[in-house]
Amino acid sequence: MIEVQNLTKQFGSTTVVNDLSFELGPGSVLGFLGPNGAGKSTTMKMITGFLTPSSGSVHIQGYDISSHRQAAQAEMGYLPEGAPSYEEMTVAAFLKFIAKIRGARGALIQQWVDRVTDTVSLRAVLHQRIETLSKGYKRRVGLAQALIHDPSILILDEPTDGLDPNQKHQVRQMILDLSDQKIVIISTHILEEVSAVCSRAMIINAGEIVLDDTPEGLCQRAEGHLSVSLRINGVGDEALSQACSQLPQCGRVALIDGGGVLIYPAEALGDPLAALQEMMRANHWQAEWIQQHEGQLDELFRDATGGRLQ
Amino acid sequence: MKNVTIILNREFASYFTTPVAYVFILVFLVLSSAFTFYLGQFYERGQADLLPFFNFHPWLYLFLVPSVSMRLWSEERASGSIELLLTLPITLWEAILGKFLAAWLFTGLSLLGTFPLWLSVNYLGEPDNGAIAASYVGSWFMAGAFLAVGCCLSALTKSQIVAFILTGTVCLMLVLAGFPLVLNFFQGWVPAMILDLIAGLSIIAHFMAISKGVLALTDVIYFVSMIGLWLTLTRLVLQAKSAD
Repeated sequence: MIEVQNLTKQFGSTTVVNDLSFELGPGSVLGFLGPNGAGKSTTMKMITGFLTPSSGSVHIQGYDISSHRQAAQAEMGYLPEGAPSYEEMTVAAFLKFIAKIRGARGALIQQWVDRVTDTVSLRAVLHQRIETLSKGYKRRVGLAQALIHDPSILILDEPTDGLDPNQKHQVRQMILDLSDQKIVIISTHILEEVSAVCSRAMIINAGEIVLDDTPEGLCQRAEGHLSVSLRINGVGDEALSQACSQLPQCGRVALIDGGGVLIYPAEALGDPLAALQEMMRANHWQAEWIQQHEGQLDELFRDATGGRLQ
Repeated sequence: MKNVTIILNREFASYFTTPVAYVFILVFLVLSSAFTFYLGQFYERGQADLLPFFNFHPWLYLFLVPSVSMRLWSEERASGSIELLLTLPITLWEAILGKFLAAWLFTGLSLLGTFPLWLSVNYLGEPDNGAIAASYVGSWFMAGAFLAVGCCLSALTKSQIVAFILTGTVCLMLVLAGFPLVLNFFQGWVPAMILDLIAGLSIIAHFMAISKGVLALTDVIYFVSMIGLWLTLTRLVLQAKSAD
């Protein structure tokens, strides 16, 4: 269980994280979404005990991170932004070092290293110095050290940054596999990642939670959710647009470049499709094409972080 | 304590996976020998002791020790690995002690590398080996004090150059504290008690006292408290940076 209460961080007079509160239980994968400088990394640094909050509290499996820092940190695996490590070390030496600090002794050290090496496919580079590895491998070394003690909580700051599409897929699959028993928090700019792995998504802007929902729930909040684009045989787009504007179920109406009309639902009345079909029947109009759209996360992201929804 | 040992081992090994260790040891051995034989007139003095060797240590350490200590925290900060280290389940003290002790052991090892000089004086005459042993201990303590200063100042910045310059400057002040140049500046306008305190801070005075062959408790306490003070300041700096 992670409990974050009224978490606030100020650097000088600038408030970077403002009164953040949320709770997470086992089996949750929370995605932190937000533009650069939104406060995602700062929040993660406070949750993991690297930064001291200006106010508010973080409890990790019941341990207060400020008063029982070590006990709380023992429960977590953390991949900091950029996956830093001791690059002059070989992958094997580095992982052994982390395993020992995480409490493994004797034969257990090698067992942990072997297990995690297989989980993130590092065997080919195990005896190479980290500084000689590609960005993708360095990221995997970072993931390996976060996973080495099989923690109940994983905090991953941009875990797929710098990976190629295959590696991204692998990491997402790994997070999904782990998510049954663990609590995972990931931060990302990549919106498809949220839909792919997260059970809950939080859009953060200027240090505050702007939206907090399931990825599907967030998509439904996008302005374009349930919007309809259509074109009618023998009816000009201008005339169609005017007719649609008269319907109470239709909100904003826009002309599509290249032909056709895009109709957004009126906020309070939901799906405009039935009303549009009724209008077509009444006027004996035949649709050249008609299509209904689902909300897109990137659309909502732009709205939420550009200030329109605030 | 287990964690201190794990960090110490990692840090100590890291000196030898980069050229740092070899360059440091080579420069230390070449310079300390050159100073001993050319500036210290080792042969011309006609005495079987290592005073010409140890006399130059405070000055040698002024730039050699900061070159070791500058990376202690600055490098961690610049590479971001400090975030990894300080989110592992260890205390700040364990991290600080592990790093400091590794650096101190490393300078100790470099010091041990000068043993051919000790063999030489024993071959050439009958030196007071007790005094030589005490001088080695004193020199190692002095390196420890300089390292502790450097440890604290490298926690302040991610620039190793800045850490190097700050450490060199503070150590120079500690070396010069007992010199007439500094004491004359304060004479007349600060109370005698403060003047004594400034003179008492002088690293050279304590080092010279030990190198005469007397390992007095006051000198040992001086070096141990100097190390303790600067490591405590390191902890405060790291805590302040975490709350910053």
